[in-house]
Amino acid sequence: MKSKFIPLILILIFLITFVIFFKGLKNSNIYAPDTNLKKEVPSFELKSFENDSIVISEKIFKDKDYYFMNIWASWCIPCKEEHKFLMELKKDDRIELIGFNYKDNFTNASSFLKDLGNPYDIIVSDKDGTTSIEWGAYGVPESFLVYQNKIIKRFIGPINNEDLSEIQKIIK
Amino acid sequence: MASLIGSYSLGFGLFFSIFIIFFSVRNLRDYEILDKKIISFTFIQFFFVVVSFLGLVISFVNSDFSNETVFNHSHTTKPLFYKISGTWGNHEGSLLLWLLVLTLFISIFLLKSNKQPKKYRIFTLLFQQIIIIGFFVFLIKTSSPFNYIFPKPNEGLGLNPILQDPALAIHPPILYLGYVGSSIIFSSALAAMVTSHVSKEWAKHIKRWVLVSWVFLTLGILLGSIWAYYELGWGGFWFWDPVENVSLMPWFALTTLLHCVLVLEKKKILTSWAMILSIATFALSMSGTFLVRSGILNSVHTFANDPERGLFILIFLFTLIFLSIFIFIFFHSEREKIENNFFWLSKETAILVNNWFMMYFLSVVLIGTIYPIFLEVITANKISVGPPFYNKLILPFLIPFLLAMAIGPNLNWIKSDLKDKFYMIIFLIISFLLSALIIKQFDISFLINTILITSAFYLFFSTSREFFVKRFKNLSQNIAHFGFSLLILSILFNNIFSNEVITNLKIGETFKTEKFTINFENIEQEDEKNFKAIIGKFNVQNLDGSLDILNPELRIYNQPNIITSEADIKTNLLTDKFMTMNYVQNQEYFNIRYQVKPFMIWIWISVILISFGGFLSLFKKRYEI
Repeated sequence: MKSKFIPLILILIFLITFVIFFKGLKNSNIYAPDTNLKKEVPSFELKSFENDSIVISEKIFKDKDYYFMNIWASWCIPCKEEHKFLMELKKDDRIELIGFNYKDNFTNASSFLKDLGNPYDIIVSDKDGTTSIEWGAYGVPESFLVYQNKIIKRFIGPINNEDLSEIQKIIK
Repeated sequence: MASLIGSYSLGFGLFFSIFIIFFSVRNLRDYEILDKKIISFTFIQFFFVVVSFLGLVISFVNSDFSNETVFNHSHTTKPLFYKISGTWGNHEGSLLLWLLVLTLFISIFLLKSNKQPKKYRIFTLLFQQIIIIGFFVFLIKTSSPFNYIFPKPNEGLGLNPILQDPALAIHPPILYLGYVGSSIIFSSALAAMVTSHVSKEWAKHIKRWVLVSWVFLTLGILLGSIWAYYELGWGGFWFWDPVENVSLMPWFALTTLLHCVLVLEKKKILTSWAMILSIATFALSMSGTFLVRSGILNSVHTFANDPERGLFILIFLFTLIFLSIFIFIFFHSEREKIENNFFWLSKETAILVNNWFMMYFLSVVLIGTIYPIFLEVITANKISVGPPFYNKLILPFLIPFLLAMAIGPNLNWIKSDLKDKFYMIIFLIISFLLSALIIKQFDISFLINTILITSAFYLFFSTSREFFVKRFKNLSQNIAHFGFSLLILSILFNNIFSNEVITNLKIGETFKTEKFTINFENIEQEDEKNFKAIIGKFNVQNLDGSLDILNPELRIYNQPNIITSEADIKTNLLTDKFMTMNYVQNQEYFNIRYQVKPFMIWIWISVILISFGGFLSLFKKRYEI
């Protein structure tokens, strides 16, 4: 009994593995992230970047309709590329920029802002990166456009001129 | 011309498989001795593959761009060395290399196995031919290295610059010797089961093949790791990338098999284990090829993604797996109950315990590598499994593993006692005190680190002692185990004491930390044959006043147009100082990454020691007493 049972299970396991690999082959392996459209913003409690006070998410996404949540770090090279667009976006007062300082250290990050300008209205520091993961972030830089507490658009990688004009169109 | 000859040779090579199979099957029934014709045909087949391989090498050397593979992966301005290594720096060429080693090994096997029974040799050849035919068909059908382009392009597309590295140039051949060596073990294990030849003699005979593949596999992994450290510029030597994992899994299986065979050589026990491991090693090597080449996994080293290729390897792999399951079930029987009596405290138990741990590590890596695929197919979720997973699951289990590895070799076969083992307790206490002393200096979690380092030190001391006590007896095993303890110690110290700074600097700026000051002096430009180099000059002033000058490079390759960053690494016996420089677009800043990594060189040295142990063992007439 036992000796017949084991081979059957073995064969079954390998058959399942085969089927799964076979199906896996057909999946694209381009890791395009799913767009979490219309998702409520995940709540968080993080330390503020400038001082040790706690910032609670429920309090910051309240005043305005539009928020632009941007994950950045001083060690991230593409972040510098998109920085000028963030500075441009800052000029628009219909939207508020929230910076997530991702796995960074304070000295590097503040000299980054000192050199390139500070586009953010609020900066929180996400030291271990867990809150960014809760947002579903894939890496740095990444940005989320928030409208009335819902994520309506997501930008993976640095934003460019087109993204900027798209945002400006949306918030008009 | 060379391509044409190469292409026809491949066809002839495949054709000879038919002869070999025909004569082998006839020989099985007819004669008592092995038909000489079979050996000749095997050699002719090998010869044709050599011709085909040389045809590709010559096309690469002559930059014959009418060959599609050459066109895609070479360029006239490349140095000769990289033109040659470009032969296997691509999917088609590397498969041809694989086939070359396959046919080479079976030829050597036939020559070296003349003391073994005829039936067993023929069956091994037959199983090996199944694999060889599979690869021939795969090569010719889906990835021919000899496709013709007309009209002939003037210039090729060039080899990816990150592959233009000495360590990487010899990494594939060495690794393949390991991978393909396991195919001989696979075929011979199947043959041994079919002909009921699973015995001490078989173990003695196959041990050499296990050792050879193991040594090459170890060195191959080492070279890949060295390449990643020097070339990728991430400042680490192991990233738990799927491609690294798929080379590590056969290594675990092979290491376990090696120890199993050592036991089997003495007594006919653990035969099922040995059979399963022989099959698993090769199946894992093959599935590694599948996972990497089909593009099912996304990895930094993935070559061309082609689902058709993936499908072929997948079907081929599972055919082999089902064939071996079938043979294992119907032919293998454990007639070993009589000899199966060893005391709990014995070398056999220690080896068995370590085998179980090895299997555990293997499963962790296996799950970490393929679980994301399963999850994606079943739930459409995409996850990525990183170092924290492996660290959490593997590190705690290293402790008993290391302890068993320290105690095991000191035990006797069959039955042992703890008399005269007083020194083992002393070593344990010394190791503990030493590691507690070291860990206390640093602000890290005390308990787990101390215990880990204690067990590594313990293995270190007990293997060191054996050098003095046993001297040349059992030297190979002792060197390998000593190397392993050194490896774990270096990795642990490397992890705990590493220091890293990432910053952006302009020319002339200085960056200060508590331990060192980095001064960015200036940059220089140099023109090489196939790239332009921007070399940064950095002075690093250490706390003790010593000064290091580091010159990381940015290379702008002309063909293909890719920027790579070359780390500058100052190595000495105690620490590596590692610096990379990256270009920040449209800015006068450079992104600087500076790392102080202690004991880096000892990681390489210890892996070399480990494989040297295996190498020494090849020359030993008799295994330990």
